[in-house]
Amino acid sequence: MILLETIAEPVAATGMFTWAWTMIAVPAIVAGVLLLAGKLTDAWGHLLATAAVFWSFAIAVCLFAEQLRAPATERAVSAPLYTWFSVGNWNFEVGLLVDQLSILFAMLITGVGGLIHIYSIGYMSHDPRRRRFFAYLNLFVAAMLLLVLADNYLILFVGWEGVGLASMLLISFWQHKPSAAAAGTKAFVMNRVGDLGMLMAISTMLAMFGSSKFTEVNAHAASTAPLWATLIGLFLLLGACGKSAQVPLQAWLLDAMEGPTPVSALIHAATMVTAGVYLVVRSHALFEAAPNAQLAVVIVATVTLLAGAWIGTSQDDIKKVLAGSTMSQIGYMMLAAGIGPAGYAFAIFHLLTHGFFKANMFLGAGSVMHGMNDDVDMRHYGALNKVMKVTFLTFAMGYLAIIGFPFFSGYFSKDHIIEAAFAHNTFIGICALVGAGITAFYMTRLMLMTFFGEKRWLPGVHPHESPKVMTIPLIILAVLSVISGIAMNFWIQTWLEPALGIHAHELGLVPTPVGWMTMAVVALGVVGAWLVFGRKPIPATAPATNNPVTLAGRNVLFGDQVNDFLFVAPTTALATATDATDAQGIDKAADGAAHAFAGLSTQVRRLQTGYARSYALTMVIGAVVVGALLILSPLG
Amino acid sequence: MMNPENYLILAALLFAIGSVGVLTRRNALVVFMCVELMLNACNLALVAGAHITGTLDGQVTAFFVMVVAAAEVVVGLAIIVSIYKTRRSTSVDDANLLKL
Amino acid sequence: MNTTLVPLVTGAEVTFWIVGPLAVLGALGLVLSRRAVYAALSMAVAMISLAVLYASLDAPFLAMTQIIVYTGAVLMMFLFVLMMVGVDTPDSAVETLKAQRPLAVLGGIGIASLLFFAIGGSVYQPPATVTEANAAFGGNVEGLANLMFGRYVFVFELCSALLIVAAVGAMILAHHERVRIRKGQRELAADRMYAYATKGEHPGPLPNSGVYAGTNAIGAPALLPDGSVAEKSISHTLVRRGAMVDPAPLRQVTGQTFAAIETVRDEEEDD
Repeated sequence: MILLETIAEPVAATGMFTWAWTMIAVPAIVAGVLLLAGKLTDAWGHLLATAAVFWSFAIAVCLFAEQLRAPATERAVSAPLYTWFSVGNWNFEVGLLVDQLSILFAMLITGVGGLIHIYSIGYMSHDPRRRRFFAYLNLFVAAMLLLVLADNYLILFVGWEGVGLASMLLISFWQHKPSAAAAGTKAFVMNRVGDLGMLMAISTMLAMFGSSKFTEVNAHAASTAPLWATLIGLFLLLGACGKSAQVPLQAWLLDAMEGPTPVSALIHAATMVTAGVYLVVRSHALFEAAPNAQLAVVIVATVTLLAGAWIGTSQDDIKKVLAGSTMSQIGYMMLAAGIGPAGYAFAIFHLLTHGFFKANMFLGAGSVMHGMNDDVDMRHYGALNKVMKVTFLTFAMGYLAIIGFPFFSGYFSKDHIIEAAFAHNTFIGICALVGAGITAFYMTRLMLMTFFGEKRWLPGVHPHESPKVMTIPLIILAVLSVISGIAMNFWIQTWLEPALGIHAHELGLVPTPVGWMTMAVVALGVVGAWLVFGRKPIPATAPATNNPVTLAGRNVLFGDQVNDFLFVAPTTALATATDATDAQGIDKAADGAAHAFAGLSTQVRRLQTGYARSYALTMVIGAVVVGALLILSPLG
Repeated sequence: MMNPENYLILAALLFAIGSVGVLTRRNALVVFMCVELMLNACNLALVAGAHITGTLDGQVTAFFVMVVAAAEVVVGLAIIVSIYKTRRSTSVDDANLLKL
Repeated sequence: MNTTLVPLVTGAEVTFWIVGPLAVLGALGLVLSRRAVYAALSMAVAMISLAVLYASLDAPFLAMTQIIVYTGAVLMMFLFVLMMVGVDTPDSAVETLKAQRPLAVLGGIGIASLLFFAIGGSVYQPPATVTEANAAFGGNVEGLANLMFGRYVFVFELCSALLIVAAVGAMILAHHERVRIRKGQRELAADRMYAYATKGEHPGPLPNSGVYAGTNAIGAPALLPDGSVAEKSISHTLVRRGAMVDPAPLRQVTGQTFAAIETVRDEEEDD
């Protein structure tokens, strides 16, 4: 099963590739300028930020074109920049690796990012802190590009932390809301858990291989002892879980929806949360050397894809449904990445198509909210297909893509994953299939509750279509949602082949038996949702229920409670106990010692009579004693 | 020829008497005189040492001790006088501000 | 006849046994006498004894220096200061510090016994005596000068510096800074009248001391017309010291004298 192809060594950067670093530098500098120059840039800061992202996009496209022109073995390009620091035998260099994998990411990040920048110009137009928002977005883009373009794990980790920071800043962007501030903190703290895994993985790599460069790690991976490979793999998985909101570190993602919707679209749907998938795919050599770690990835992914779908079925907040869906879809990607060489390309494929259609739907949701006075409760929507035609149509494209409607993008990418899952293990395959059905169910529910049925608008709400600056990105993303699948279906495996050492499978347009099965399950989900939500009016408040399945879904599978019980409560107890020990034991001991010394000092102080004669007497007696010792000791 | 130890013993005796005086007398002037007596006892020991060893270094040292003692007396008496000016007392026990 | 006749008792020995006890007595007097003047004089005895001992130890220069510096300069200064601060304030015999006296004696005995113990038997050879060293440069003073201005010249210079510093220090310590303007006659007169106005104090000169048949000393108070003592006629320092002469016997003598004079005058008038 393990097929290790010789992975083409990256060639040195020439020509256009020497410009690769500006992809990162320009947004980073712009972010700095916007943050430091303050109100001076209020008027044009958002335009500058958008231009910076499009600069990166332009470079990425040019590099992509260069790669297409080059022969397959010379497409991976490494561009070392400078030596960061060297300690002893270790030399840490900052360098970029532009290969087939990272260029796809770079284009996704800058392309979708650019569209979301444009969209945000409209979405955030009334926000007094719009410049700061764009600065953070640019900071995020720079960090994310650093993450995917780094040529070693350490630089990747720098980007990894950078996106974590940007994510935290953007989630709690509306910091006047306590819930947003708390959500930002929560995301940050939970990501730290994952970062710990990353750090352990990188440290172990450094200890084992003496380097964290991808090329070196890949070269050594096959000859690593299975135990260490498994350990590194599990650490990496922990990191990936934190960043990609996989079980058990999933709890922050739904709260992250407190951030502005473009943030949810860019960071918490299209790009940052897929960093975990990127990490696993990038470390494929290590995972192939550690089947146990791969198994762990598959289990985590399967649990997450079902859990996310479950959450998606019972939330009323439109963004939270989409967040659950994101969890679930990333679960698919992780599943594909965990399956092994058969799945890498599909993981990336689904990642790209998901990036398009999920960004599309999030922006669509943002457009709906924009028209509904920022109300996120789907129970207050309904019948919006008439008043928000563009939003509805573009959203529908995303919807068809995610449920896997034939020849939409999700149809290709997700079906491949389900097929690969069946090829890997029947049980996992069935789980993935069920997940697809549930996906169809909750997405149909979302569509029905939002765009069809009765008007359940709150008084005073007058839905309207969003301005062009918001709808044009929607249209572009909708088009991409439709065509990206078929455009990349036959190409992506071959493209990624040299970078990931995989064999291209023959793929056809005609559905396989598994494909037919998937379509049937999806149809079942759609019909089920219509039966439940389409035929009768939706109550304006969530109906009370004792159904444990629904309750669990509404409460996000009690993720917070589990965390509270497993980690927060013991930590609090430990802190209380430590505090008590400190107050009762250590403080008492310290105070006791101090009191003892104070008492002793009071006694000793009596010796200080202030009379020079007493002191002189003490001195004389001391001199006599010392003299006696000096004289008598040689005699003894 | 008499035993030169006698001189040393005399010096020791004078030194001890002087030290007892320093410890028991309260008049600062008398205390000071006792200190002088102790210095003189040392001088006697130094001169006796010169006598024993047959060199003049001991006598020179005794001379220097006298010089230092003279300087000390000058400053010490000035201090006693200024203390007397402010406190109207020459008792060393009255100057007991060193205690807490 | 070549054998040198060594006398059993040398001059130095005689000197030592006469002068040594004197020095000890002087020291004891210094420590034990309650009046400071007696202490100073006892100290003079001890110091002169030491000077004699120096002379007997072939150190004539030091003997002279001892007499000039110690008995001459230092002791005189002690006496001056004693006069300044008051001669008549003997130490009280009561020791105020607990156990100070016995412990001090114990410490003294400790020091003495330690020194005896250390000295005892430490000298094995007969003394070399400084006679030769004195003769080397033609005398004790020349020998000392050779050392002082030769080997110990830096110490000598340091000593001179020390003396200068000590002199300057004593000057500074004794110096009294005038902090308010000196009062002239006008101000003093104004103060006196002010005191008279507010407190009723007598503005004129103080009364003289009393003049009696027996004495007109400063310690004798004058009497007021009603026969009581005029307190202002005598310095209160004298009163405090108890040096005031009781006027009652003096009055008696004066009264007898006046009576005798009256008798004689009456007899003359009768004549």
